[in-house]
Amino acid sequence: MDRNNIPKEKFTFVNAGQRISDKKFEDKPIGYFKDAWIRFRKSKASVAAAIIIVGIILYSFLTPLLITSHDATFMCGTYAKKPARVTWLRELGIATGGVKTTNSEAGFVKLNAIAVGAESKDGQVVSMGQAKDSPYHPVLKTGAPYQQEQPNKKLATYYPTTVDTYLEVGFLYVDVEQAEYQKIADWQAQTGLQVLYPLVDTQNGYCFEPEDANFWYKTKGKGIPVSTATGKDIQQTYSEELVLEDNYKRDADGNLMYSQYTGGGDAQTAQLRVRVLYYNYYQYLYGSVPNYLLGTDAQGYDLALRIAGGIRLSLLLAVCVSVINFLIGAAYGAVEGYYGGTTDIVLSRVTDILSGVPFIVVVTLFQIHLAKQVGAIPSLLFAYVLTGWIGTASRVRTQFYRFKNQEYVMAARTLGARDRRIIWKHIFPNTLGTIITSSALVIPGVILTESMLSFLGIIKLGGAGQTSLGTLLSDASTIWTNYPHLMLYPALVISLLMICFNLFGNGLRDAFNPALRGVED
Amino acid sequence: MKMFKYVLKRILLMFFVFFVVTTICFMLIRLLPRELPQDKNLADAIAARWDALGYNEPLIVQFGIYLRNIFTKLDFGTSWYIQYREPALDLLLSRLAPTVLVNTYALVFSIPLGILLGIYAAIKKNRWQDTLISTGVMVFVSVPSYVYAFLVQYFLYFKLDLLPLTVYSLADAGGSWFTGKMFYSMIPPILALSFGEIAGLCRFTRAELTETLTSDYMLLARTKGLSRGQATARHALKNAMVPILPMIIGSFISVMSGSLVIERIFSIPGVGQLYIQSIQLFDYDVFMVDCIFYSFVGLLAGIVVDLSYGFIDPRIRMGEK
Repeated sequence: MDRNNIPKEKFTFVNAGQRISDKKFEDKPIGYFKDAWIRFRKSKASVAAAIIIVGIILYSFLTPLLITSHDATFMCGTYAKKPARVTWLRELGIATGGVKTTNSEAGFVKLNAIAVGAESKDGQVVSMGQAKDSPYHPVLKTGAPYQQEQPNKKLATYYPTTVDTYLEVGFLYVDVEQAEYQKIADWQAQTGLQVLYPLVDTQNGYCFEPEDANFWYKTKGKGIPVSTATGKDIQQTYSEELVLEDNYKRDADGNLMYSQYTGGGDAQTAQLRVRVLYYNYYQYLYGSVPNYLLGTDAQGYDLALRIAGGIRLSLLLAVCVSVINFLIGAAYGAVEGYYGGTTDIVLSRVTDILSGVPFIVVVTLFQIHLAKQVGAIPSLLFAYVLTGWIGTASRVRTQFYRFKNQEYVMAARTLGARDRRIIWKHIFPNTLGTIITSSALVIPGVILTESMLSFLGIIKLGGAGQTSLGTLLSDASTIWTNYPHLMLYPALVISLLMICFNLFGNGLRDAFNPALRGVED
Repeated sequence: MKMFKYVLKRILLMFFVFFVVTTICFMLIRLLPRELPQDKNLADAIAARWDALGYNEPLIVQFGIYLRNIFTKLDFGTSWYIQYREPALDLLLSRLAPTVLVNTYALVFSIPLGILLGIYAAIKKNRWQDTLISTGVMVFVSVPSYVYAFLVQYFLYFKLDLLPLTVYSLADAGGSWFTGKMFYSMIPPILALSFGEIAGLCRFTRAELTETLTSDYMLLARTKGLSRGQATARHALKNAMVPILPMIIGSFISVMSGSLVIERIFSIPGVGQLYIQSIQLFDYDVFMVDCIFYSFVGLLAGIVVDLSYGFIDPRIRMGEK
């Protein structure tokens, strides 16, 4: 066969009717972000940090929904600074509202007397032992009493006790209107929980502290219980069989007095002074027994809700700052880096000047000038935004210097792409990893500085409905030695947030760093 | 010569920025409404002084007077409320000693510890010692300094009763900032400041040293016959120190501004407390001089760090092409 002269009709197209193109990859392509995600997942610490962050965020949003008995604006000044107390956890011995104390003889009797007084219906005083299992008994646990020598060489007995600080409040004097008094009496009859207790005779010389409604029994000296049955004042000490002698106020007929007219008004609005058992009065007022997951704060708000609100505020602020810095920094850095030359020099001087003003001075000036007009939070936001974007801008600028003279950019320019397209479509995506990392690391920075500024009193974010973690710490800073939980929980939450966000940010940084690609394998 | 020109350029630029910042601060602070005290006589006296000092002139004239006073008499204004008619600059300088002392002690205490821990972690990279140190560092870097302050107060004062709660006043400690008793009462703030400082330095040292330890010249040094220890000490450590030293120098300059929070918690009568006082008492001349001071320290630290790179490492002399 003549190879040089093959007839034309013998030729056919090999791929006739078929598209000649590369086959699609069977597996999915791994892009920049997917690769970063794969490497981020490998870092266990970062993943754990991310989970904890999600947990904290969930806490801040779910707590207000789960706590139904009151909301964040609810405040009860009588139960301020109290430790955690939750009814169903109380059975397990945690969150009992208990605090360890050591009581003197008189103090120990006074604690027990609260339960005795609460159990003694209609002036029939029960013994100490009979009131022992009362739900109003403030003593949760009693250690072995011990004796100690006093400065005056006498021996005195001390009782190490764990006291429920909610029940320790005991009885209080309250001024109510006649109508209110009637309502309390009705509620009492309905629920069987006694709120109103007889008034105490403060005039007969047996009342140690006329303003303290817990001294309903006869006392002498520094609140030491006495018995007058024999005609003489005999001091009594604590024992199970002890029956205290009541010091209730009685009218001319010998009946117990439950209220005293203090002035004003008609049948509806007359002011009455009554003696209430606060634990039950609280239930009358707010509809449930006091339940505080983390206790109450310095003013009497629920600490769990205040912390949740503080986390929300801090995170909201941090995310806002982060996003705004991201936007301004990216735009500014892109212009600076892409155009270079005079533009770069002028813009760099502007950032030099802005970064020359210390942040603390910026915040203070913004607070003084703006806080009254626009509120504390917006002016704080302005202060963060004024200088916060500089770091992002300089990072973006560096990246732009790196990429703007590369071949693919030149190719795009040759093809007629405009500046805007080259900046955003071709160079900017390369800088995203760095910016995302720095934006994530802005968040712990904002949380930290906000808490410090609130702590110093430079910014004041506290209020009825809202608070910040720093404000909680600041409120606690003078009294926390007596009420450690006030400091413990906010400090714990801030520390946890800081650690987790830093770990998370570091994980992102490693994941987005192309130089580390494949290092671990 | 080129280096000299670069230094000069940087310093001039710094003064330009400093001047602009001062101007902005001055304008913003003088715009604030001033408040007179309740006491009628004192209020009249202060109002008369303000009038004589030109506080009621137009803003630009006030700025001229302010600058003239600074250049001719080194007069940065007067304190009206914190210490009546005390020159603001004198007040600031009198508060400088405790701030500088506490922070310097803390630095001197934490630098060797931080660097040693960092070196140890870098040498033991990826072993359990490194993991332990790195985890600790992560925690200590992140936790805010006031948490340490409270922990120190709680354990060393309330539980063990070893150290005082706050720093002694000058009178209590024998009339000087340098007595042993004063140092003893400064231990809690020094500790509180050190945790973060040590952790930060340790992290930085570890990062730099692990980088130099894996460099090619280390391989060369080992092939020449140096032992691991010799190569690390002579080559890796020296090169790792290039970025570490400027950072330390920068921290030594920043001791002047100190930490506001730590000063508040331990009631150190320092610059930071003066700042807070001046805001609370509306003592705006003192506030102004404090602002200027903070900006100056910040700018100075920045420029010294940048320049010290060039002095420490001949390879990165900036400005030379």
